[in-house]
Amino acid sequence: MIEPSEEQDSVENAPPLTPEQALANLQSSDLGLRYYAAWWLGKFQVNQPAAVDALIAALEDEADRTELGGYPLRRNAARALGKLGDPKAVPGLIKCLECSDFYVREAAAQSLEMLRATTAAPALMQLLDGGVAEAVQIVGRPHLTQPYEAVLEALGTIGATEAISLIEPFLEHSIPRVQCAAARAMYQLTQNSVYGERLVKILDGTDLKLRRVALGDLGAIGYIAAADAIAHAKVENSFKLIALKGLLEHQLVEELKILSLSDEAIRVMNLMDSLL
Amino acid sequence: MTDELIRAVALADTPARMVMAVQNLAAAKDVAAIPTLIAVFGYNNPTAAAVAVAALTELGEVAVPQLLTQIDDYNYGARAYSIRTLAAIADPRALDVLIDAAATDFAPSVRRAAAKGLGSLHWHKLGFPESQTASQRALETLLFISQDPDWSIRYAAVVGLQALVKIPDLQQLIRARLEEMLATDAEKAVRARVQLAQG
Repeated sequence: MIEPSEEQDSVENAPPLTPEQALANLQSSDLGLRYYAAWWLGKFQVNQPAAVDALIAALEDEADRTELGGYPLRRNAARALGKLGDPKAVPGLIKCLECSDFYVREAAAQSLEMLRATTAAPALMQLLDGGVAEAVQIVGRPHLTQPYEAVLEALGTIGATEAISLIEPFLEHSIPRVQCAAARAMYQLTQNSVYGERLVKILDGTDLKLRRVALGDLGAIGYIAAADAIAHAKVENSFKLIALKGLLEHQLVEELKILSLSDEAIRVMNLMDSLL
Repeated sequence: MTDELIRAVALADTPARMVMAVQNLAAAKDVAAIPTLIAVFGYNNPTAAAVAVAALTELGEVAVPQLLTQIDDYNYGARAYSIRTLAAIADPRALDVLIDAAATDFAPSVRRAAAKGLGSLHWHKLGFPESQTASQRALETLLFISQDPDWSIRYAAVVGLQALVKIPDLQQLIRARLEEMLATDAEKAVRARVQLAQG
């Protein structure tokens, strides 16, 4: 069993840094220190302009390479920039969508989603070129030709309705997680409950990991009709709470610092209370 | 009779048979079943564990001493079920265990269950002045964890504080803290729960 909020454990085992040190370490001759510093700046959301600039520069790093030609520092820099919330990073991240390293492309797509980068739509759509027929496993690697899940999710979140016809075929992709990402995006772009119900149906399935994925998706799209199904899903309470939090946040409208609590919002909170 | 039902739990060789065996044992409502029902928390079978939680909660106070002494320090899944059960029974003898769990456990599921429970113990069973110091200690713990970095812990703290507000002596501090959270908490979901608690 894993609990999503327990990742801080790993932080306590790492050497303590300050923002200044992390920034300096990004230029260190020790590639391990650079890699760690990039992660650290994202984790602790050091969104000072100097940190953002240094991370954007790290997106073009050539020094840190894996045996298979990957770019570890670029991956961490791309991930960190999503967490820092500075739109200045968008052009560099869009460029990363063409990187030869799958994991750099994946991190860039995820961060562009976090930054709500609507200008990334054309570049993201390009990664869907060839459609489902091209979306196959790469021999000898644990991933597909492109980071389809991240790309579909990003297109949904940034509201790229022009991508609907490209996304829809992925509902029939052979990998259930990709289907989930497509259903999530289709719901976001159309608000049609058919797609929300596809995710609800997965909560009844036999695969625990997939049920967790579907919970995450339902929370992300705030599909309120799923509230009871989420509360009763056979998944750890921590995942259910996060999903219901997503539903709740979609129900809350902020008016001058005061939230208006609808009956639906109160119903979701009662379900959350029961899961404590 | 209960012995046989207990043996059936030990012999259950599929998850479904385990659930069935625990249901049968729960239906006996026998105090002799308590250690076995607690042991079910550690079998990584959520359905069976839920049945055991309900059965122990129904047995109530008589189950509390064993629940307190048989908490599994090495399995946080099992520990969360124990804390949830103690919170539901609400016997104030669980206070120290709940305070420990809420403030120092590493597992969020355990801390949330403890935070909720800390608000709603049956304080009057302690008599005066113990009831007063006990509820005061619960309040201090909830105020402390209402500043936790994890939103779900703060959310659970609000649920605990809302229950505790029924105690007149504590109202002023609780209302002040809720106001503060409403003004400063970064999470909309936590602020919404504060508003619900404020009524």
